[in-house]
Formats: sequence, C-alpha cells, structure tokens
Amino acid sequence: MKITVLLFGIVGDLTGESRLEMDLTEGASVGVFKIKFHEKYPILKQYTNYAIAVNEAYALDEVLLKNQDVLAVIPPVSGG
Amino acid sequence: MNSKNISIELTPEKLSAQACSDFVDDPSCGGISIFVGTVRNQSAGKKVTLLEFSAYGPMAVKEMTSIAKDVLSKFDVLKIAIHHAEGVLEIGDVPVVIAVAAAHRKAAFEACQYAIDTLKESVPIWKKEHFEDGEVWVNAHP
Repeated sequence: MKITVLLFGIVGDLTGESRLEMDLTEGASVGVFKIKFHEKYPILKQYTNYAIAVNEAYALDEVLLKNQDVLAVIPPVSGG
Repeated sequence: MNSKNISIELTPEKLSAQACSDFVDDPSCGGISIFVGTVRNQSAGKKVTLLEFSAYGPMAVKEMTSIAKDVLSKFDVLKIAIHHAEGVLEIGDVPVVIAVAAAHRKAAFEACQYAIDTLKESVPIWKKEHFEDGEVWVNAHP
C-alpha cells in the first residue's frame, strides 16, 4: 500500500524532503512505518523524539495504516 | 474554524489582540483575559534577528479548535479566541493571541493559561530562531 509522508521542522531539514511517498506492507502499523523511515534516512538515527500524526491526528505506534493514509512526522513543537 | 463561541485563526497576517478581545466580548461576561505572545530579542543570551514560524496548517487548526472546545467544557468561560501567526516575524511582532471571556476573572485567567500551555505542547507549529551567525529550530534537540 502507498502512504504519503509530510516532514516538518528539523526532520524536514535533515532529510531535505517536505513530502514523500512510501510503499508499506498492507496493514503495517505506525511502529513499522518508523522502522522503515529510519532505514530510509539513517541521518535521523539520533532523532527519535518525534510524534506521528495519521490523517491530521496524533497516532501511537499500534495504530494500523491504510492505503493512501497521510502521515506527518512531527518533531517537538514550538509554537506560541 | 469559527463558531459563535470559538474563533480560530492561523494566518500570515498581523494578529490583533483587539480583534480577539472584540470577538469574546459579551454582555454576560465580567472580564476578559488576554495573552499576547511577542517575539523576544534574545534567546539564551544570543541576539535574535527574526523568527520563522511554520505549521502543519490543517492539523494545527484542528488542534487549536480542540483546545478551544476543551477550554469551554473544562472552565466556566463563555468564549475563546486563539489566533496564531505563521511566516517570518520580527522582534516585537505577535505570534500568538489568546482571549477568553468569563463571568468571573479566576476562570478567565485559568482558562487562558491552560490554552497557551496546551498550545505550546500539542499544536504542530515550529519556530526557527535566526541569529546573526545562524539559525536553529527551537526545542528540536532533546
């Protein structure tokens, strides 16, 4: 299945990407996505301190993904 | 997202504390608490030249709306406005305004503090500080 990944803040800077498509096994979880994501971008090795949103809502590692989901990699926020 | 009691904005335009205050003003309220965030000229002793705010727009608006709804259900308050700026801001500019109207001041103060504290924890907005010799994403490093 295909998912879209949006990258923000320092994660966008480190990967040089703001948006990408990834292929994951059907039924993969957020946790599985994180493993694949780190394989793709070893530069993120020290940066595990981020949250994931699925379709604009925060999601824990157990959440299962569907085809065409939009994920966002959310480093610590600093608004206000 | 806007309703009768909630005003949410994420905008590249200049924010107005007056507009937030006007929105929440109501004949039945006895007070309005307003928090105005401003861009400070230094960070950890280093001179800041400007700040750059970027946001995951649709989710940021959802999260701000959820905070506003939460505030209206948790505190004895009538109306709330949460406005946040995005883009480049200079020293003294206003990145955030929160206004809360309530019948009594205690609830207004508490709700306003809760709203800004929660915004800083959960709303997907990022601040990059620009210095004379470089730039850094705030909070990015554990």
